[in-house]
Amino acid sequence: MGFLVKLGILVLVVAVCQAYQDIWDYDGHKLKDTDYLSLWPMPQKVQTSVTAFKLSSSNFQIVHAKQSSAGPGCSLLQTAFRRYFDYIFGYMKKQGFSKEPKKTVGEEVLELQVLITSSDSECDGYPGLKSDESYLLSVDQPSAVLQAPTVWGALRGLETFSQLVYEDAYGSRNINKTAISDFPRFAHRGVLLDTSRHYLPLKVILANLEAMAMNKFNVFHWHIVDDPSFPYVSRTFPDLSQKGAYHPYTHVYTPSDVKMVIEFARMRGIRVIPEFDTPGHTQSWGKSQKDLLTPCYSGATPSGSYGPVNPMLNSTYDFMASFFKEISSVFPDAYVHLGGDEVDFSCWKSNPDITKFMAEQGFGKDYSKLESYYIQRLLDIVSTTNKGYMIWQEVFDNGVKLKQDALITVWKGRQYQEELAKVTGAGYRALLSANWYLNDIAYGQDWKRIYSVEPHNFNGTDEQKKLVIGGEACLWGEYVDATNITPRLWPRASAVSERLWSDASVKDVNKAYVRLVQHRCRMVERGIAAEPLFVGYCPHEYKGNL
Amino acid sequence: MLLCCLCKSRESVLNKQHIWLFFFIAVNTVSVNGIWPMPQKISSSIERYCVKPQSFEFQYTNLSVVKPGCSVLDAAFKRYFKLIFPDLLKDPGERQSGYDRPLVKPFTLQVGVSEGDCDGYPSESSRESYRLSVASGQAVLRAETVWGALRGLESFSQLVYQDGYGAHYINKTEIEDFPRFAFRGLLLDTSRHYLPVNVILETLDAMSYTKLNVFHWHIVDDPSFPYQSKFFPDLSNKGAFHPMTHVYTQTDVRRVIEHARLRGIRVVPEFDSPGHTQSWGKGQPDLLTPCYRGPVPSGTFGPVNPTLRSSYTFMAKLFKEVTSVFPDSFLHLGGDEVDFTCWKSNPDVRSFMKQKGFGTDFYKLEALYVENIVNITSALNRTSIVWQDVFDYHEKIPKDAVVEIWKGLPPAYAQELSSITKAGHRALLSAPWYINHIRYGQDWRDSYMVKPLNFSGTEEQKKLVIGGEVCMWGEYVDATNLSPRLWPRACAAAERLWSDEEQTLSTDAALPRLTDFRCRLLRRGIRAEPLDVGYCPHEFQGV
Repeated sequence: MGFLVKLGILVLVVAVCQAYQDIWDYDGHKLKDTDYLSLWPMPQKVQTSVTAFKLSSSNFQIVHAKQSSAGPGCSLLQTAFRRYFDYIFGYMKKQGFSKEPKKTVGEEVLELQVLITSSDSECDGYPGLKSDESYLLSVDQPSAVLQAPTVWGALRGLETFSQLVYEDAYGSRNINKTAISDFPRFAHRGVLLDTSRHYLPLKVILANLEAMAMNKFNVFHWHIVDDPSFPYVSRTFPDLSQKGAYHPYTHVYTPSDVKMVIEFARMRGIRVIPEFDTPGHTQSWGKSQKDLLTPCYSGATPSGSYGPVNPMLNSTYDFMASFFKEISSVFPDAYVHLGGDEVDFSCWKSNPDITKFMAEQGFGKDYSKLESYYIQRLLDIVSTTNKGYMIWQEVFDNGVKLKQDALITVWKGRQYQEELAKVTGAGYRALLSANWYLNDIAYGQDWKRIYSVEPHNFNGTDEQKKLVIGGEACLWGEYVDATNITPRLWPRASAVSERLWSDASVKDVNKAYVRLVQHRCRMVERGIAAEPLFVGYCPHEYKGNL
Repeated sequence: MLLCCLCKSRESVLNKQHIWLFFFIAVNTVSVNGIWPMPQKISSSIERYCVKPQSFEFQYTNLSVVKPGCSVLDAAFKRYFKLIFPDLLKDPGERQSGYDRPLVKPFTLQVGVSEGDCDGYPSESSRESYRLSVASGQAVLRAETVWGALRGLESFSQLVYQDGYGAHYINKTEIEDFPRFAFRGLLLDTSRHYLPVNVILETLDAMSYTKLNVFHWHIVDDPSFPYQSKFFPDLSNKGAFHPMTHVYTQTDVRRVIEHARLRGIRVVPEFDSPGHTQSWGKGQPDLLTPCYRGPVPSGTFGPVNPTLRSSYTFMAKLFKEVTSVFPDSFLHLGGDEVDFTCWKSNPDVRSFMKQKGFGTDFYKLEALYVENIVNITSALNRTSIVWQDVFDYHEKIPKDAVVEIWKGLPPAYAQELSSITKAGHRALLSAPWYINHIRYGQDWRDSYMVKPLNFSGTEEQKKLVIGGEVCMWGEYVDATNLSPRLWPRACAAAERLWSDEEQTLSTDAALPRLTDFRCRLLRRGIRAEPLDVGYCPHEFQGV
């Protein structure tokens, strides 16, 4: 522990003197950008030195520290150890294992000890909004030590450790003497994938969870159903996907698929928050669920088309109650996203029964009151399932009464700063996804724009700023499916990940570029088809799926 | 009529209800015009025939001048069998079982070629026309050349569709088809990012699916020189991103050329000079012009040095090699975006200018350089393609040089087409098809609405427009994202260059066909991105 104390002092000294994005060695020399290695997202505090140690695939091991509250029984860590070992030695392994006796050439890191300090390692739990993801990492020979209160921090630290390892000109693995103290700036760092506009095969989702872990994202916001299709197979209402999916067998997520996604995500410290958006965006629900949607009228007769969920029928709420009961048991996360965006009132307006209902309720001509009426009843239903909820900003804008723990997602680009000020001013917690709609593409290096978005850049008190608990990179599915999702998301989403993880002072685009280029090549080497940032090359190019 | 052509299901003989269901599908959902690009003339009926992998055969007609043993068509039959019956990719053993063989009348595709051979290369004068007639039990494909036969095989393969039960059908159809333009190209840039050979080969496959016939290989440029030269190995040893892993060996190049040839695709390499040559300078000392800061060399280099005899000796030797490696009669010489600042800074270049009486007109210097290079390639029996800059800034370029237009919006490129053809040059259009430029939404519609002959000029002038090219410059593109960025967006230009313009004026009418075609590309393993919300029965299975 003595080393860590000394390290702590050094950390303090350096932290006081320097902005974090500059890296200094132990003797106070500033290192060049290329000496940074290629940490992404940038940790909160880093000391590194030019002293390099070797790592050999036949000698090196990742092990549980003696005092750790987690041990070989912790399958989450065991699996992570193997995963990161593979990342570190991936290319060498293919050339076969060396059977030579263990020989140490020069100074070598022989092991990474992982020490979980809390009495409950949370090994078998699920990550949550309050999970502690902090960690301390010290790399020295013969042992490196990764210390974290819980497995969630250990996972982040393992990623960082693997990023510190680099290949020298002879192909051997090296790591420099380094000390890192790290924690996320925001607790909620999400990626939204839309599996309704295009179905994404399971392995595409898993590959993107893998890439999320490489970028320290911790929330998979699964926009699982929407107007075009309903791929979620419900146990309670199997007809929803039977009739509402693009295809009832090839384009659905069965209960075991969903389970696999959740477990795969858990193993990487990623929460899965499903979104079941209502009352709009529900065309696919209506294909099987009779009377759920509002029949639209043209003049005095039904037109045959349907609008948002019918808010005036009790059957609607009975359905929602059983449906969300199922959802709350299938998805372990404490939050569920209830949508609530872009409700089109024209169908409600056309329907004489709704008109009558509006009059009865005294809503006048204000259809946002009708929407609020629906949402209010839905929120009451969801509250009984003991889940917290996320909603899109319209629900707040329309003045629906929300529980204090509601999370409001700000997505409208133009006035997002005012919206953040309003939401937090009302005492609610906010998530930012405006300006991070990565489906919106442009020629050139648009990651720079994405990178420069600052969630705290709005008028508000410190208390208000604290209510911004994170953000999400959203990849809506109009023009995205398995063919192009990965290069469209990565490394552009990496820009969001650094903004949400690293200190606010880490914002120099040119410095970020140097690291991001290397981080992108690392993702490519790990099999993620992350697209190039600009002209250049990676030592190990993407091999495709041949 | 329908009854006789139903495929027998293995499990059961279909009842009447099913037959009517099939009838319904045939009439309502199967688009018999689903060929991309749209053939010049096509008529089809709802009468359809079953084709089964167990009893499907390709045959050469008796009158065909090419026979079994024809390298191009034998390979194409093998390829198209798998493309017509994609399920067999997973289960190739089915054919051997012979389960239904005695029960089913074979379906044969008779292929007849009336002239030419199978061992040549496609060229600018290759005739790609074909006639295809699909009737009961057999189809007949007639073409003048094997290249036309390849186009017809592609159309045939696109006529075959599967019903909901997996059975394959083809409707009674008559097609008479030929390309509107002879030169239908696609440019890949392997200098800004290296593209592994398998990525190039896959792109050639997809090109053949959409009847593109020229691979314009922008093989070297400023950032890297991946072409491994026999005479000048240092060019790639020092100029490639990596001398071993990021190069194209002679074997690689031959493989690309042969893969292309078997698909009726020409390979036109571009060795762009005098600008865009930074990577050349690394392995070839004295080739580039040293730039000066005041009276001293700054250490940086500019375009090829046009004042030295050694530059031309080098270029002559390099192009001699290039023409021995690349068989096509066209050679792209580049000539775009030459920056004069370095030349201006160099005292030797200035005194050369004075000596030649060029004054301060550096265009004259560039013209001198280009003239010398064109003479070199003419002596090697090659037709030069140059970027429009060369035409815009110089008087003297040989009449047979092809000028490629890459700049400007429709009014500007129409004007350029007009003046290039007026000067008697053949023209290629790529200005509206720089599809490395991306934006949100269905931008293929812009590519589709291009009218290449919509400029003022005589009939003779219009004939000088020999085609166009889709360009995928490499600043932001490598193996990770090339395919979805190319496909199906490049298909829009492919149809514009092949099909009759009058029949293909509406993007809304094209959308359903293109959506089908995109799913077909997916089925064939091409990572073609979606056009809009929706799905394909067989989604892309990679990650």
